[in-house]
Amino acid sequence: MTRNWRRQLSNQVARLLVYLMAAIALVPLSLVLIYTVVSGLPALTHLEFFTNVERPVGIPGAGVAHAFVGTIVMVGLASLMSIPLGIISGIQLVEYGTGRVGDAVRLACDVMVGIPSIAIGLFIYALLVAPLHHFSGLSGAVALAVLMLPVVVRTTESAVALVPGALREAGLAVGLPRWRVALQLVLPAAVPGVVTGALLAVARAAGETAPLLFTAFGNRFMIFDPTKAMPALPLIVFHDALTPYPDLVRTAWGAALVLIILTLLVNVASRVALRRQISLAAKL
Amino acid sequence: MAVARPALRSGAASRPPDGFRTVTTVVSLAAPVVLVAIVLVVGSGALPAIRHFGLGFFTSRAWDPVRDKFGALPMIYGTVVTSFLALVMALPVGIGVAIFLAQQGAPRIRAAIGTGVELLAAIPSVVYGIWGLYVLAPWLLIHVSRPLSTRLGSIPIFAGPALQTNLLIASIVLAVMVLPTLSAISRDVIRAVPSGMREASVALGATWWETTWKVVLPAARAGIFGATILALGRALGETIAVTMVIGNRHDIPTSLLLPAYTLASAIANEFSEATGTLYPSSLIFLGLVLMLVTLAVNVIALLLVRSISREARV
Repeated sequence: MTRNWRRQLSNQVARLLVYLMAAIALVPLSLVLIYTVVSGLPALTHLEFFTNVERPVGIPGAGVAHAFVGTIVMVGLASLMSIPLGIISGIQLVEYGTGRVGDAVRLACDVMVGIPSIAIGLFIYALLVAPLHHFSGLSGAVALAVLMLPVVVRTTESAVALVPGALREAGLAVGLPRWRVALQLVLPAAVPGVVTGALLAVARAAGETAPLLFTAFGNRFMIFDPTKAMPALPLIVFHDALTPYPDLVRTAWGAALVLIILTLLVNVASRVALRRQISLAAKL
Repeated sequence: MAVARPALRSGAASRPPDGFRTVTTVVSLAAPVVLVAIVLVVGSGALPAIRHFGLGFFTSRAWDPVRDKFGALPMIYGTVVTSFLALVMALPVGIGVAIFLAQQGAPRIRAAIGTGVELLAAIPSVVYGIWGLYVLAPWLLIHVSRPLSTRLGSIPIFAGPALQTNLLIASIVLAVMVLPTLSAISRDVIRAVPSGMREASVALGATWWETTWKVVLPAARAGIFGATILALGRALGETIAVTMVIGNRHDIPTSLLLPAYTLASAIANEFSEATGTLYPSSLIFLGLVLMLVTLAVNVIALLLVRSISREARV
């Protein structure tokens, strides 16, 4: 009897501990969200935050408009480079990726996701910045593209693989060539999943600081030319947060809040897209 | 009618020409080519430092840009200590979450908690950095670090005077950042344990915990180990958040309450102001070491996790 009682007790204690761990896991998320919102809102309530560029310390009306432009330009260029490449590679992995090439591509992508982003910054510095002797938004965009590529490839692969084989067979049966089957039948059916992957990659790139430190470098002015050094939201957070000036620290918190809102929005959007993909796949 | 039937032959020679296949295959080689290029370019950037310091680079504590003397020991120490502590802190929580998420029932609550943990991975590292610096660091100093150093200061790892930015807070921030990796993959491996094993254990009269502890977890052991190693790879390479909270001091403190340095944070902090040949090259050498270690760690982890999912499929 006592032995059973002890077993029941340890069962309940363990169950409680597991619930406790699950609750503990939510603590950091809520703390980060709460403090970023509370500390970032004061900066965001001024409209100048979105329309002005940085001002010298002590002069009111500082904003991060230049960082918005920099982030949009660099992430946009990175998307143009990595998303088409990634989607085509993902299609290749599903359509023809059973051999050695497919294995190599999959392994390379899985490994690339794990490479520290600072190392990618060093790579692009040695490849594009040092030979040209100046920092540029373009080199920052290439660094971000390298980060995005493996994410787009693997998510495209899993989205395209979800499309039922019958659709592909139907296309081949009516005599369509492989490229039309892949691009005009299978890919459209996989669009929600592909969009999810692209969105997640964009969100990841928009929040990255380390690869931009010595490629885009940062800039205090509004710059539209990607051959010049460019600012970005994460760079502003990093540089301004480490200064002793309360004004700059407030700007940093504001930029951090914008980054969090962006990434959370993208994550929610990607979840919706993913759900649609799964229901679409079930219908087909 | 003796008609040749080439379709029965296998191999590339008999395949009809397929331009689409050729084009996509060439394009898909971008990822492996970039990977190889990363290793080669970073490796060649590190060459001057490799030639000059050799293996002595790993055992030297010197970091003197004026006299061109560089060593990686403090950074290797800081990287290893913070990553190890982060895993020690994240493991119980991560596995607890994974067990919780892999259970049946209450799908709404489980989905909510699963989403919450996954969102941790979506938060940019620089946001963890600013939060760690302005929220966690002051709180930790007053409520944890100072009391620890005054009461247990005689123990070397808690020796004071405690500072705001130190090894401890860097480890805590890292623990939060690797938690989603750890719990998501562990959940998948735990789910992959055949339900027959679970049912057999319950049928023998085992309680839920006895089933989990003695049947499910041992069966998922290798996969959880893989998840841990993958999390280790993330922790080793994490840059910005750590740079903002570790204090960036070239030192090997025995106390967790003192500032230190990591490989990644040294590069992030000093690379853009490194002049000459040997100084930037030494920083790239740090990056090469970091990259090769994380590459090895990731490949091991991937092989472990893959072998598990393959077994589960059979």
